[in-house]
Amino acid sequence: MELDRIEKLLEKYFEATSTIAEEQELKQYFSQDDIEPHLEQYRPMFKYFSVAKEERFTKQVPLKPRKKNYKWMSVAAVAILTFGIYFGIQYQERKQQEQEALIAYQETKKAFELLAENFGRGTEKVAYLQEFEAAKQKIYNND
Amino acid sequence: MQQSDFLNVVMPFKDKLYRLAKRLLVSKEEAEDATQEVLLKLWSKNKSMANYKNVEAFAMTMTKNFCLDRLKSKQASNLKLVHSNYQDENTSLQKQLEAEDSVRWMERIMDTLPEQQKMVLQLRDVEQYEFEEICDLLDMKPTAVRVTLSRARKTVREELAKKHSYGIG
Repeated sequence: MELDRIEKLLEKYFEATSTIAEEQELKQYFSQDDIEPHLEQYRPMFKYFSVAKEERFTKQVPLKPRKKNYKWMSVAAVAILTFGIYFGIQYQERKQQEQEALIAYQETKKAFELLAENFGRGTEKVAYLQEFEAAKQKIYNND
Repeated sequence: MQQSDFLNVVMPFKDKLYRLAKRLLVSKEEAEDATQEVLLKLWSKNKSMANYKNVEAFAMTMTKNFCLDRLKSKQASNLKLVHSNYQDENTSLQKQLEAEDSVRWMERIMDTLPEQQKMVLQLRDVEQYEFEEICDLLDMKPTAVRVTLSRARKTVREELAKKHSYGIG
């Protein structure tokens, strides 16, 4: 009678249509010492499931790993920020000075160029005077 | 949520997380690391934890995903240690050896199953979850869970029958 039921339960079990209670019943049956010889082959299966449930997680979990890290991280961040701004401003100033010097140099160069051009024009005009002198000399020599 | 409250919530199912992790990752050390990782992740979310209606299911899903990721990454591929430290009380030495042997075969058989089948078998036959819970945890359809479970159980039966017919059982 009981055997009949167990076999039916096993069939349901392998078709995965059994309920938890029925599976519990099977486990109960296979935990006995004397079972039908032809069912003996299923014993390790049910035994294993019970044994596997006994395993425990024993490792300690270190909670609260954070928090104090944030404090030091903020200190470091502020320090880096301060240094960054300080050196950044210095760099910016130097760069600006260079820029200004370059502009002044270019302006001066332009002014000199203007001067040189005007001088050149002056020399050209003086060349005419030379012509006049030569003509005057010719007249004197003819006399 | 305070640390003690958190531990009270987590304590009842941390072993389940570990067993699922060990089922998937096989190695004891890997499974411990995975469980620790999952618990720490859970702890980091402890402010929003009140919003989850089922923390256990959430944690189980996290463990599943974490382990599957681990398995995918190469890092885990060369770390597969098989551990079996089981005890069996009040049986004679002969019987104890036999029992240990059969448990070890079962372990080996379970290790050869595909991941999906491992998980379903673990959740149903070891942890005794209801079908709906397994559907939620593994994100599967009820019929798929049944088919997978049936297939897994039948595979185990066949493998056991093979061993049995060798006359070692």
